[in-house]
Amino acid sequence: MSALDPTTGPDGRGRLYWLLADVANIVRRGLTHYQRQPVNIAWQLGFPILSVLLYGYVFGSAMTVPGGGDYKDFLMPGMFVMTMAFGFINTATVVVHDSTKGVIDRFRSMPMASSAVVAGRGVTDLLVSCAELGIMMLTALAMGWRPDGGWGFLAAFGLLLWLRFALIWIGVWLGLLVPNPEAAGGLFAVAFPLTMISSIFVAPQLMPDWLGWVAAWNPISSTAAAARDLFGTPAGGGDSWVEQHALLMAGVWPAVLTVIFLPLAVRRFQRLSR
Amino acid sequence: MNDGYAVRAEGLEKRYGEKRALDGFDLAVRGGTVHGLLGPNGAGKTTAVRILSTLVRPAGGRATVAGLDVARQAREVRARIGLTGQYAAVDEVLTGRQNLEMFGRLFHLGGKRARERAVELLEQFDLTDAGDKGVDGYSGGMRRRLDLAASMILAPAVLFLDEPTTGLDPRSRGEVWESVRALVADGTTVLLTTQYLEEADKLASRITVIDQGRAIADDTPDGLKNLIGGDRIEVVVAERSEIPRVVKAVARVADGEPEADETELRVHAPVTDRVAALTDVARTLQDEGVRVEDIGLRRPSLDDVFLRLTGHRTEKEAAA
Repeated sequence: MSALDPTTGPDGRGRLYWLLADVANIVRRGLTHYQRQPVNIAWQLGFPILSVLLYGYVFGSAMTVPGGGDYKDFLMPGMFVMTMAFGFINTATVVVHDSTKGVIDRFRSMPMASSAVVAGRGVTDLLVSCAELGIMMLTALAMGWRPDGGWGFLAAFGLLLWLRFALIWIGVWLGLLVPNPEAAGGLFAVAFPLTMISSIFVAPQLMPDWLGWVAAWNPISSTAAAARDLFGTPAGGGDSWVEQHALLMAGVWPAVLTVIFLPLAVRRFQRLSR
Repeated sequence: MNDGYAVRAEGLEKRYGEKRALDGFDLAVRGGTVHGLLGPNGAGKTTAVRILSTLVRPAGGRATVAGLDVARQAREVRARIGLTGQYAAVDEVLTGRQNLEMFGRLFHLGGKRARERAVELLEQFDLTDAGDKGVDGYSGGMRRRLDLAASMILAPAVLFLDEPTTGLDPRSRGEVWESVRALVADGTTVLLTTQYLEEADKLASRITVIDQGRAIADDTPDGLKNLIGGDRIEVVVAERSEIPRVVKAVARVADGEPEADETELRVHAPVTDRVAALTDVARTLQDEGVRVEDIGLRRPSLDDVFLRLTGHRTEKEAAA
């Protein structure tokens, strides 16, 4: 039997019922963690909010947006993307804790659906990301950010979550790959430059050519550009193909990441029984 | 289906890279007993438990738990086992009660029954007062008891205890032992792995000694001790120079070659005619004027068994 086979309960109810029940229970566990340690969500939001304040108020006056427009308006969608992008560290941290402390082993020794452990993690992280985005947007509104409402707003919100969804699998994969929680903390050092070399803070065309090219092709740049477009805030332009097709690529990039990392994460999870 | 054995393993094989973690491991555990699995670090104890508890698939051989094949009927096995790992596998952020309710729901008890079961288990494991506190504030012993309680949610047929008292202080260790005895009284079969020979001696009615992935002995604790020659006479002297004379006196009555420990100034050897041997050695040493600090008969410890069977002491002993 595969490690990811859903398992049934003691009564006659079907596999799907119990799979969903197990996922719901794992989600409930994840949300209870936030309820018991609300400071965690403050930590997760602390960095993006601090960045908004620093870049918006400290550097903001020195920043220019190609094609004109207010830098704070340019910055806000980038901050939302950064919050989503750093999310994979949160996923990895929880997963590495669970696997090294033996909680995942206990789940796997029980007659529940093993796949619910991973699926429940994903649903929890998406729910938490919705809350994070909500708080970030309220902060942005308080600072004078004024997006277009309506369908564009919802589409941008959806694209941000779509990016976060793709990054869940990188998080699960890394969480099962790194040896201990301390190593997971080191992921921040990798994530930080990866988010800097993108269109989050500065338009790629203002960077040296080669760096601008890398930044433009950074998957999170597409989400940022698409979100700016949909919010109706300054997009920062850009002539390259990838920048001209930001909306398309904001859909494609997360799909590519999911296609690569979802199987890697699942395989890593199944390898636990080797 | 049930031949009186709660756990059976035949020729289990598992390699990690070059290392053979299990190399034809056999095991038979009678229902309703505590069975000790004893071996040094790296002998294969944990791998054996992980295979029997369906966490790891064996590369060869077969095993049944509660009459069910661990590889082909893993799901059915999981509904009948409890597992308490070396590291308490409970959620440290949640409270004790939240942990038990969560695991209860994941055992598909349903919300109401899971809540009731949590109350029962907190009571049974003396955690009622701490039930609504976060596990991160628990002592080592409380955490291990909560871990045991979580393993007992479905009253499992077989409970795997993988080094349940490693790292606990003596008092907490006693608490865990009490809990284990209570479970067995209710009919649960326990497979206990441990490095503490005292623990296996106290709890287990039968012991399998594992070394380099194989079972090298399987007997009752007393049977294992008899295996290496029953009682031993032991003499401790005040001066190192006295040792050769003591060896000579002991050799006259012993069943085998006396062993001398030069640093502890101790000479010991296996004997059968216990009292006669003791009297003879005591009289001889007195006549020769040897200054004896201590003389007596000693039942061999499991440490002796271990040393004899494996040629090396347990990890703990070696470090001391």
